[in-house]
Formats: sequence, structure tokens, C-alpha cells
Amino acid sequence: MTQPAFSPWDDPAATPLIQFRNVTKRFGTFTAIEGLSLDIFEREFFALLGPSGCGKTTMMRMLAGFEDVTEGQILLNGQDIAPVPPNKRAVNMMFQSYALFPHLSVWDNIAFGLRRDRMRKDAVASRVDEMLRLTRLEKFANRKPHQISGGQRQRVALARSLAKAPKLLLLDEPLGALDKKLRQDTQFELMDIQETTGTTFVIVTHDQEEAMTVASRVAVMDEGKLMQVATPDQIYEAPNSVYVADFIGDVNIISGRASQSGDKVAIAWAEGEPQIQGTTSRQFAPGQTCHFAIRPEKVAISAQKPDAPNVLRGKVLDIAYLGNISTYHVELPTGTIIKAQTANTRRIARRSFTWEDPVWISFSDTAGVLLEH
Amino acid sequence: MRRLALIALPYIWLLALFLVPFLIVLKISLSDLALARPPYVPQWNFGDGWDALKAFFGSLDLENFVFLSEDDLYWRAYISSLKIALISTLITLLVGFPMAYGIARSPEEWRPTLLMLIILPFWTSFLIRVYAWMGILSKEGLLNQFLLWLGLIGEPLTILNTNTAVYIAIVYTYLPFMILPIYAALDRLDDSLLEAAEDLGCSRIQAFWLITVPLARNGVIAGCFLVFIPAIGEVIIPSLMGGSGTLMIGKVLWEEFFSNRDWPVASAVAIILLLILIIPIILFQRNEQNQREAER
Repeated sequence: MTQPAFSPWDDPAATPLIQFRNVTKRFGTFTAIEGLSLDIFEREFFALLGPSGCGKTTMMRMLAGFEDVTEGQILLNGQDIAPVPPNKRAVNMMFQSYALFPHLSVWDNIAFGLRRDRMRKDAVASRVDEMLRLTRLEKFANRKPHQISGGQRQRVALARSLAKAPKLLLLDEPLGALDKKLRQDTQFELMDIQETTGTTFVIVTHDQEEAMTVASRVAVMDEGKLMQVATPDQIYEAPNSVYVADFIGDVNIISGRASQSGDKVAIAWAEGEPQIQGTTSRQFAPGQTCHFAIRPEKVAISAQKPDAPNVLRGKVLDIAYLGNISTYHVELPTGTIIKAQTANTRRIARRSFTWEDPVWISFSDTAGVLLEH
Repeated sequence: MRRLALIALPYIWLLALFLVPFLIVLKISLSDLALARPPYVPQWNFGDGWDALKAFFGSLDLENFVFLSEDDLYWRAYISSLKIALISTLITLLVGFPMAYGIARSPEEWRPTLLMLIILPFWTSFLIRVYAWMGILSKEGLLNQFLLWLGLIGEPLTILNTNTAVYIAIVYTYLPFMILPIYAALDRLDDSLLEAAEDLGCSRIQAFWLITVPLARNGVIAGCFLVFIPAIGEVIIPSLMGGSGTLMIGKVLWEEFFSNRDWPVASAVAIILLLILIIPIILFQRNEQNQREAER
């Protein structure tokens, strides 16, 4: 039996858990968030992705209650949360610095929020033990935060913020302080925990790989605006702007003038070079500037002229060897540099091309996306 | 060899300036009063020979300490000093903590100025500041004139030469020693800890008691010792601002030395004071050590 795909955002009948309605946030004269509307659904793992200063942390702090909304509304379960102070919200936050209380043991840190709810002693104890099991911290219950490692601290912070079983968990760059290897393991742990607890997670990150890995949907932000909100594969395969295409992963952008017939578009991008053939569902006026975005792994590189809709000639300028893959920087006669990526299925000694070799690069007419801006 | 020389330097310093004077005071406290110069016996000089040295040690005794325990003036002075030091420490804490908290919470660009204002009085001589307080608190002083002018009192208050004046002066003098360590502790406190506490269901006031106060604990303890230890032995404040009823051991010590010229008893008083102070000093050192370990 196949599980139905989890995609409440495509279901018009689904009611969102959180609704941003035309939210604007200003600090003095600086506008951090501008007229932003967004729905986040229950059980989602939602990522806010963007460069530092794009407003993603401000959005999170507004959800937690540490910042007021200047204009607009934020609804949680249909209720405006503006009048609810942070200590009364069914929202918990995991801080970037973890903010573990240094004078309390791991156990007491996790119990902190439960005790504030005047929970019975044995209920607190069983909930804390449950959280310790979930985050595999049983052995460290009696240690103080300065006596455990960074990865363990991260798990304590997660356990503490999950202990009160919040409707919504906010994670502010939760893995920023971990090294790469540990970060990757922890990403999968986070996803497991999110699935077991069924909590809605909103994660803030500037690491696009992290957002793509963990999230059910990603919101790419820039200067207080949402650039695109979509699933990771849509963001990657069908970015809606040059900004998103460029922010997520590696991309080649070729700009030129469009001439459209049906869903086929030919782009005149340079004198003496063949026009680029692309496919799109959008409409471009004749002569309109358009940007053709194609991922390096969708560009093939070969020594002989291949048979493909788009074939360009160039020479190898640089090779970035990454072990499993190599990225070739190919310089076209116009000076434009196109990145082409190939999997290193053979040993490096048998590599077909080297520096300064004349090569052909090719791609199909459906491999790239055409963008207006 | 060079390492040894480097370590030896502070030890020689301590030996010459602390241990040797202590031994001299200890020796005087075991001697007898005499109308001589210096005013005590026995004396011993190099070249007097072995027998003289034996006789010298033979005549040292604990007579002065026995005397101290018999005359209740001294006991009352010690107890009264402890009481005055304890109460002033408490008042200093009550005044100093809000000030330190206020400075730590103030906008970053203000903090150096506020700290400067705390430290600034040290640039004036301590004695001059005490005299200034005498000018403020005396019968014809600024405070009484001001209160009379307001019409709050009909008769000038007697504050100078009472214990109240001693408390005011001790709290005023030692306040910076309370504020600075508490400020240092509060300044290190990460704001996100308070946000986390609020996020987990604390009100602001709960967060203050559950997070801010425990994390300022070491600063509070350090501040209390820094006020308590010197306040016990305070001489100038009780002499200049206290009344005839103000009994403090520092003042008694001073009078034994300079009015009675009874060096042996004065030395015995000093030795006991030192023994009393050793306990809080050891506790203070331990607190500092714990703090360093917690930060590692």
C-alpha cells in the first residue's frame, strides 16, 4: 500500500496552522518584513531560507512572541497571536545558541518548562525521561551543560523545547554550531523526531543543503520578501526567478531576447552563436529579455559534436575535482563561462578532458527553465 | 633555574611583607608590657648568646590572650564589629544589586559612563570623602538644613556620631566593591537565556528569580566578601563618624596601640581579628575557585 503524499498546501480544503496575513515589521525606519503572507500547515517541516539579514529570524521571533508585528496579523489555529505573551504561546523555540541554563543539569533544563505548568512531580519525571530517551541523552541527565559536547547540547536544547509538546516548534539555525559530519547525521535525526512527535517544525537556516534535506517546503527569502515557497524539488527544478535559481545550488544563467512559438522559445543571446532552444509554459513577448537557467549536472560535455537541440563549442578553462563529481568550467568563444558537471564513474587517470581541451557542451531543450526576472 | 627564580619572587614578597610582620606581631602579642622603648619585654639581640635566647622564649606567654577573654569589652567589640559589618554588607547588597542590574541592562553605549561614575569617587582621598560626609550629616550639615528647609523636621537630627552614620559611611565607601563583581556576573548573562525562560512559560519576574539571580550568585558572594572583610576591621569610619557608643574592634585596636601604648594587648587583638577574618577569606577564595571551574 502506498502512503498518500503529504501535501496539504495543494489541498484547498486544508486549514493552515499558521497564517501570516500581510505582515509588516519595521525597526525604526528599517523595514525587516514587508507585506508578507504565508500559510504553514500542521505536521509540516517548513524551512525559512535566505542570506543573513533577509528577515527570516525576525519572522521566527514574531512567531515566538519576542517581536511585535507592526502591521498585519499572524494567526495560530485561526487565532490572532498578537495579544498572547511569549510565555503563554503554544510555541516553543530552540535557540541558535541553545540558551541552556548553565546552573541547571540536563534533567532540570528539560524539566524547566514542565515545572512552570505546575505539572505533577511524577508526570514531569516521566515526560523528562521520555524526552531523554527520544534524544538518546539518558546517560547525561545529571551533567551540567558545560560538561557535555556540542552535539549533546544541541539535543538537550531540542529535548527541552519539545518537552511541553508545543503545537509549533521553532528552530533557529539549530545545527549551525555543529561540524559538517555531525550536522548531516543530526538532520536525519531531526526529521525522525519530527515524524515521531508529529510536531510542526519551522526551521530558520542559511544553509540551502540543510533546508533541502529536512524540509517539506522551503521559503526562499530576500530583503523581507518571500521569493518562492515550494517543495525542495520544485525550488530546485523550477525556480521562479534568477535569484532563487542562483541561491539554491549551482546554476548557469544565459540571458537573451526571446522569440516564442507555442511552448518553444528560441533565445538569441550572442552574435555568431546558435540560439538556445528552450521549453516553457509562460508567454514571452517577442524580443523580451529572458534568462535561461540550467543546472551544471544537466549540461553534458563531450569531445565529439553530439546530436542535441543545444550544442555549443568551447574549451576547458578549469576543472574542480570533488571526488564523486567533477565540475568543468567551459569558456565559450564569447567569453561566457558555462559549468558542466559529470559523475566520476571512472578513475581520474582515465578522465577524457584536461585543461585547454576543445570540447562540446550540450543540453536538451527541456533541461533548463526560462525566467522573466 | 629561571623558573625557580620567577616563582621565588612572589614568595619572597609574601614572606617579607606578610609572614615576617605577622610573626613580629605574634611575638609582641606574647610579650609583656614594659615602660621602655619599644614598650614591651622580653627583647633579644643577636650576640646575646644561646642562654639569652632560651630565657627569651621562656618568658613568652599567653597572658594577653587570657586578659582579652576576661575583659568583656573586647568580646563585645568583636561581636559588635561582626554585627555592623554584617548589616552594612546586607544594606550594600540591597543598594548595589539594583544598581549593578540597572547598569547591565542599560544601553551598551551608556555602560562605560555609568561604570565610570561608580569608580570616580576613588579618585578622591578616602579621608576627604569621610570628612565630606561629616559635613553632610552633622547637626548644622547639608542634610539637616535641607530637611529643615523642606519643613519635614522641626529639630535637627543627630546622625553624626551614631551607628547610623557608621552604616551610611561603610555602605557608601564599599558600594563599588559590591557593584562591580555583580555587574561582571550580570554582564556575562546571555539575553537569550531570559528569552528561553520566557518561551518555556516563565513570567518576567519568574525568569529573574530562576535565571538571573542564580547566575549572579557568584558575583553576589564575591561582592559580599569584598565588603564584609574590610568592614570588620574598619578604623577610620568608626573613629571619625561613630559615637562613644560605637564599638568596633578596629577602633579598640587603635586606642590600645596609640592611646594606651599597650602594644602586647593590641597585638593580641590584631591576631584574634586575623583569625576571625581567615574563615571568610577562605570561603571567598573557594567561591572564586568554583567560579573559575564553572566557566571552564
